[in-house]
Amino acid sequence: MSTHTQHSSSSGGGLVKWIDSRLPIFTYLQKEYGEFPAPRNFNYWWNFGAILSFMLVIMIFSGIFLAMQYTPHVSLAFDSVERIMRDVNYGWLLRYMHANGATFFFIAVYIHLFRGLYYGSYKNPRELLWIFGVVILVLMMASAFTGYVLPWGQMSFWGATVITNLFSAIPLVGDAIVTWLWGGFAVDNPTLNRFFSLHFLLPFVILAVVVLHVIALHVSGSNNPLGIDPKGPQDTLPFHPYYTAKDSFGLAVWITLFAAVVFFAPNFFGEPENYLKANALLTPAEIVPEWYFLPFFAILRSVDFNLWFIDAKLGGVIAMFGSIFVLFIVPWLDSSKVRSARFRPVYKWFFWIFVLDCVLLGYVGGHAPNAKVFEGVDWLEFIDLGHVGTAWYFIHFLVILPVLGMIEKTKPLPTSISEPVLGGGQAAAGAAAKPMEKA
Amino acid sequence: MDIGKKISTAAAIVSVAGLVLFGATSTDVAAIEAETPENQDWQFEGVFGSFDVASIQRGLQVYLEVCSACHSLNQMAYRNLADLGFNADEVKAIAAEYEVTDGPDDNGDMFQRPARPSDKFVLPFANEKAARAANNGAFPTDLSLLTKAHPAGPDYIYALLTGFEDEAPDDVELAEGMEYNPYFSGGQIAMAPPLFEDSVEYSDGRKATVENMAWDITNFLQWTAEPEMEERKRIGWKVVLFLLVLSAMLYAAKRKVWANQH
Amino acid sequence: MTDHAGESGGQPESRRDFLYLTTGLFAGVGTALALWPFIHSMNPSADVLALSTTEVDLSPIEVGQSITVIWQQKPVFVRRRTAEEIKIAEQTPVADLPDPQTDAERVIKPEWLIVVGVCTHLGCIPLGQRPTEPRGDWNGWFCPCHGSHYDTSGRIRKGPAPENLWVPKYEFLDDTLIKIG
Repeated sequence: MSTHTQHSSSSGGGLVKWIDSRLPIFTYLQKEYGEFPAPRNFNYWWNFGAILSFMLVIMIFSGIFLAMQYTPHVSLAFDSVERIMRDVNYGWLLRYMHANGATFFFIAVYIHLFRGLYYGSYKNPRELLWIFGVVILVLMMASAFTGYVLPWGQMSFWGATVITNLFSAIPLVGDAIVTWLWGGFAVDNPTLNRFFSLHFLLPFVILAVVVLHVIALHVSGSNNPLGIDPKGPQDTLPFHPYYTAKDSFGLAVWITLFAAVVFFAPNFFGEPENYLKANALLTPAEIVPEWYFLPFFAILRSVDFNLWFIDAKLGGVIAMFGSIFVLFIVPWLDSSKVRSARFRPVYKWFFWIFVLDCVLLGYVGGHAPNAKVFEGVDWLEFIDLGHVGTAWYFIHFLVILPVLGMIEKTKPLPTSISEPVLGGGQAAAGAAAKPMEKA
Repeated sequence: MDIGKKISTAAAIVSVAGLVLFGATSTDVAAIEAETPENQDWQFEGVFGSFDVASIQRGLQVYLEVCSACHSLNQMAYRNLADLGFNADEVKAIAAEYEVTDGPDDNGDMFQRPARPSDKFVLPFANEKAARAANNGAFPTDLSLLTKAHPAGPDYIYALLTGFEDEAPDDVELAEGMEYNPYFSGGQIAMAPPLFEDSVEYSDGRKATVENMAWDITNFLQWTAEPEMEERKRIGWKVVLFLLVLSAMLYAAKRKVWANQH
Repeated sequence: MTDHAGESGGQPESRRDFLYLTTGLFAGVGTALALWPFIHSMNPSADVLALSTTEVDLSPIEVGQSITVIWQQKPVFVRRRTAEEIKIAEQTPVADLPDPQTDAERVIKPEWLIVVGVCTHLGCIPLGQRPTEPRGDWNGWFCPCHGSHYDTSGRIRKGPAPENLWVPKYEFLDDTLIKIG
């Protein structure tokens, strides 16, 4: 089916056609990003997909250039990072971009995730899209965890020690697994070396899953704030120039915030203790992960009691991994037929309570479990808040989502996306998800 | 929809505030009740911060004459002093006052030679064990990154150096060889007060009080921890201003693109 | 995801185009400027630049002796030439040389020849520093890889090498101390 081959590549158009007839990349880009019909009613919460793609590029770019200067050996790692900060041209910029890039990557991914929870973007037919997204989140966590060990500061070493030790909670094979992870009898040089290798690898795995994520998105098309399917071209706009323009603007604002932090408060999100070289014989007063892990850390520590044959340590590990696993099955937990929380007045409350719960868990995660929450109030410790927060986290997913969908009286959905714009107030009885018709 | 939007916005703001809060306070200060250092006004603080070079030069003198007896500064090289306004000959002269071990020579022996600008600051002790042996088992921490390694950073160092008290309070029993300092975690520090009035003689005639020396050494240590600070903030202004303009232009472009849709 | 907005279909308004054009240019310039730190980070870092000079003590070197020192990770031949070697080097007719250069252009003090010991053909290290090594037909150095011969001034005389052995920038700090680089 190949078209007649153009032999003149003197014009740009000729070259494009020559490549395209052999590998239709330009046709593909034109279709998937040029003309692709996107709902016309996106709000700014829909910018975060593009923002996340940008952050991945930034992290890979800065990471590769850092890797040119870094040495993954216990005697040299810390000093090699300081050499980057002091002697490498713009090394401080690379390092601060990468460290704060991780923070901004997670800010964006959490916003993107909560957007999905609010607007029902995980519902049929986007279940696999959602699952790919949670896979990306897990890979991001693994990347961030291995990456944080590399500077070989106190928190790098002790954070690695604590988290790898968790695997010993697994019955029977736990200790063997931990020794296997360490490559030795404690976190040491073999561990650092393999974490460097894995840290270099994982972002490219993330890249591959992102490609799958976007392909899946283009099969179903995007969700939108109303949660109802576009019914025709009157409900959509071509991605270019409308959303390229809007994404560019949102991205510029985001980068401005990022630059403000990188240049003026580069250590705000960091842990000062990590500017001390790792010392295997001196445990820091507080071992805390980076802020984006704090909610999960809180969940881990809130299981401080034994449940039948499951001891507290194993219970905590199960709860922590469970809190991530539960995200995978959200499409099947939520029984509501209505996608968007705009039309689910009760769910909306529960959503915001869940958000506050996550913030609470993060706050708890940053404090010693037995510290008093308020000075002078002896009976309230952070572990108590942790119990409440963890319990609510699972109640939200395992009780609220299934039950609410069945009993909630939802608001009537508009008949179409363009209907509120074009006027007319026809109320639809329900919201059967109609297959999207492409013009 | 309106009230819902209001509630959602409010909740969003509370969440962000909560996030910022726990971003900023996500760790407890070292568990035992060390006193919180007072806030000082440092010239390097804030988005317009800069280095007080004169103070840092005095701090260098304090380091070389007092602190370097026990504390290493292992991330700094003598050539870094060029950033403090010393010319190449002055840097060479300062370096040459110290000896480094080099070698092996053609006989296979190690030998001593004067330090060059390219050498790192000479360590007071050969290794950590030697340092501990000379200091009652305590290890004098390296100072290069100290202002970044503590949550209160420079305020902490200044408070610590000026906060030694002659007598411990009644409820604190000092272990042997320890001194009382309320700012140090646990209250007991193995370092004897290092600064006394006129410990050094400042070449610019400034009075070498404990407060002044502590101030100068803190400025010096902030510089050793973040030598790139001024360049970073300078570039930062250009970048942020550029991005603000670009954001405004992109907003205008977006509005133009969407003009027929609203 | 593009950095600039294209034209929205229909009649292009010149004012609208101007906005898109300037925005696109602004973003493009910003991107290019943002790339520079990454590229420049690969240039030699401050600690590497600090080692770009080496000082050499000449006093232990005897007449007729050659030593090799390392400068910028490369070997540098320091030869204290005999009177005979100096005379031959100075009296060579320049027209005989594939890469014409007088001896005077290549030394500060005739007694001391200082050249980078890297063959200008493909980078091997020529032989001739040790008394047991061959010095080639002109008594200078001989490169075993492809047979280049250098004379007592380090100039190429025969073989595939296109240029004389390179003379680094150096200065005498005093009579027996030189700084290379």
